[in-house]
Amino acid sequence: MEKDTHFILGVYDDEDVLLHAVEEVRGTGVKIHEVYSPYPVHGLEHVLGYKRSKLPIAAFLFGLLGTTLALTMQFYMMKFDWPMIIGGKDYGAFPDFIPVTFELTVLLASFGMVSVFMIVSNLKPWAQPRIFDLRSTDDKHIMAIDIANNSGLELDRIREILRSSGATEVNNKSFE
Amino acid sequence: MAHHGEQHYNLEQRFVFGAATKKSIMTVLVIGAILLGIGIILAMTGGGHHEAAEAEAHPFHWYERLYANLWINNVYFTGIAIIGVFFFAIQYAAQAGWSSAIVRVMLSLGNWLPIAGVLMIATFFLANHDLFHWTHAYLFDKASPEYDSIIDGKGSFFYWPMAKGTFPIFYIFRMVLFFGFWVFFFKKFQAFTYNEDLIGGTSSWYKIRKWSAFFLIFFAVSSSISAWDWVMSIDTHWFSTLFGWYVFASWFVAGLSTITLITIFLKSQGLLEMVNENHVHDLGKFVFGFTIFWTYLWFSQFLLIYYANIPEETVYFLERLDSDIYGPFLFVNLGMNFVLPFLLLMTRDAKRHGVFLKLVCSLIIAGHWVDFFLMVQPGTLGHNGGVGFMEIGMFLVYGSSFIFVVLSGLAKGNLVPKNHPMLEESYNHHI
Repeated sequence: MEKDTHFILGVYDDEDVLLHAVEEVRGTGVKIHEVYSPYPVHGLEHVLGYKRSKLPIAAFLFGLLGTTLALTMQFYMMKFDWPMIIGGKDYGAFPDFIPVTFELTVLLASFGMVSVFMIVSNLKPWAQPRIFDLRSTDDKHIMAIDIANNSGLELDRIREILRSSGATEVNNKSFE
Repeated sequence: MAHHGEQHYNLEQRFVFGAATKKSIMTVLVIGAILLGIGIILAMTGGGHHEAAEAEAHPFHWYERLYANLWINNVYFTGIAIIGVFFFAIQYAAQAGWSSAIVRVMLSLGNWLPIAGVLMIATFFLANHDLFHWTHAYLFDKASPEYDSIIDGKGSFFYWPMAKGTFPIFYIFRMVLFFGFWVFFFKKFQAFTYNEDLIGGTSSWYKIRKWSAFFLIFFAVSSSISAWDWVMSIDTHWFSTLFGWYVFASWFVAGLSTITLITIFLKSQGLLEMVNENHVHDLGKFVFGFTIFWTYLWFSQFLLIYYANIPEETVYFLERLDSDIYGPFLFVNLGMNFVLPFLLLMTRDAKRHGVFLKLVCSLIIAGHWVDFFLMVQPGTLGHNGGVGFMEIGMFLVYGSSFIFVVLSGLAKGNLVPKNHPMLEESYNHHI
C-alpha cells in the first residue's frame, strides 16, 4: 500500500485555514508540491514562497521585437522597396509609422506573453492535467505533498502535520 | 494576506509643518525670487533679445514676458490644485477603499484654489492685451483695417451678451463661476471629511459620494472649457477639439505626481504608518498610466493635424517646431513626459520604491511645466520668449508658494480620516 503512494493530500475547507496551514507545513520543513484551489486565494503564492514571475520581462522583449519589426518593415517598404509619397510627406515620414508601430508592439507583446505563459504553465491543448482531487474544482483546497521530495520524513509524520494544520481529510494519491 | 495582526495605528496623527520644512521651502522661494529678479532686470535691459523685434509694429515690452510667466504658472498650479479635489472626488465616486488613508493628502491640494482664482483674475486684468489677442477692440470693428472675420465669428464666446470688443463679460463670468464652484466643492468636501472625525458613522461618506458625483459632472465640463478659455484662446484663430482633454491630462499627471510626492514626503516624516509600498505602487501606476494617456492625447492631436495638413491647423505646430526657441522644447517635452517616465517606471520595483518615484514625479512636474510653457509662450511672446532666469524663477516662486499653502492646509487637521468606513480596507491593501 505505502509503496504505491506518490502523494499525500491535505484537504482544507477554508482559505484562512489553508493560508495558515501552508505557513505551518512549510515551517516544519515539509516541501509542498502544489496547492490547488477552486478560486484564486489572495496571498497564497506569497506564503508558498513563490518567486515573482519573469513574464513581464518576456512581455517587454516581445514588445521591443514588435517595435523593431514594425519600424523596420515600414521604413523598408516606404523608403527603400517602393518609395511612396503619402499626404505630401517625405519618404519614410516617421510620425506616419507610429500608429502601426504601437499596434504591432501591443500585438507582439500580448501574443508573446500569452504564448510564453502557456508554454511555461504546460497549457498545451493536448496536455493531460493530473487531477489530484476533483473537489478542488468545487469547494475544497487541496495541498499536495510529493513524497519523493520529502524522503527524509516518515509518511505518518507528514500526515500528522497536515492534520494538525487544519486539514479536514488526509488522503493518499498515486498516478499510474 | 488573509490574517493580520492587531493594528494600532495612531489615527490622531497630525502633520506638523515644522520650522525645518518651512525653511527649505522658503529657501526655494528666495532662490526663485532672486532668479526672477535677475530675469526681470535682464528683460528690461534687453537681455540679448533680437533687437530687430523692436522695430516691428508691435514693440516688445519686458513685462509681457512677466505676464506670460504669471499666466503659465497660474494655469499650471490651478490645474494641480483642482486635480487634488478631482482625484479625491474620484475615490468617493468609485467607492475606493485602498486610498482612504491618503484622501486628505489629495484634498489638501485644493487649498491653493482660492489664491489661484485671485491670481488668475488679477493677471487677466493686468495683462489682457499683452496675452490675449482677442481682447483688442479693433478686431471686431468692420471699419478697421485690422478687422478679423474669424475672431469676430468667435467673439460672442468672450463678450456675450455685451458688444464684441468691449468688456469680456462672458469670459470673466466663466472664470469666476469655475473658481467659485471649485472652491465651493473643495470647502464642502473639507467640511464633510473633518466633520466625519467628530460624528463618525457612514453619513459623511455618503454625503461626500453624492457631492463627488455633482462635482465630477461640473468638472467634466468646466475643465474642458477652462482649457479653451485660458490656454486655447491665446492662439485665437486656431482650435483643436481635444484640447480640453489634453490640458486635463497634463494637469492630471502633474497632480498625481504631486500627490505621490507629498505622500512619500509625509511617510519620510514618520507619518501615515498604514501607507505602505502597496499604496505607493498604486499611485505609481496612476502616474505611469496617465503619463501614457497624456502622450496618447498629445500625439493624437499632433498626428491628425500633421496628416490632414490644413494650413490653419498646422500653424500651431509650425510656430513651435520651426522655432529655434521652442523647437527643441517640443522634444524635451516628449522626453520628460513620456520617454523617461515610461522607461523608468515600467518595472514593478520602480513603482514600489520611493527613490525612483521621487525622481520620476519631480521630472514629470517640471516636464508638464514645459508643456504649458509650450502652450502659452509661442502665442503670446513669439520669438521673444524662451526659458531663462525669469521662467525658472517664476516656477520656483509659484511652486514653493503652492506647496507652502498646501502643507499649511494639511497641518490644520488630522491626517487620516479616522472614521472613514473603508479604512480597514486601506490597511490591508495588498497588490
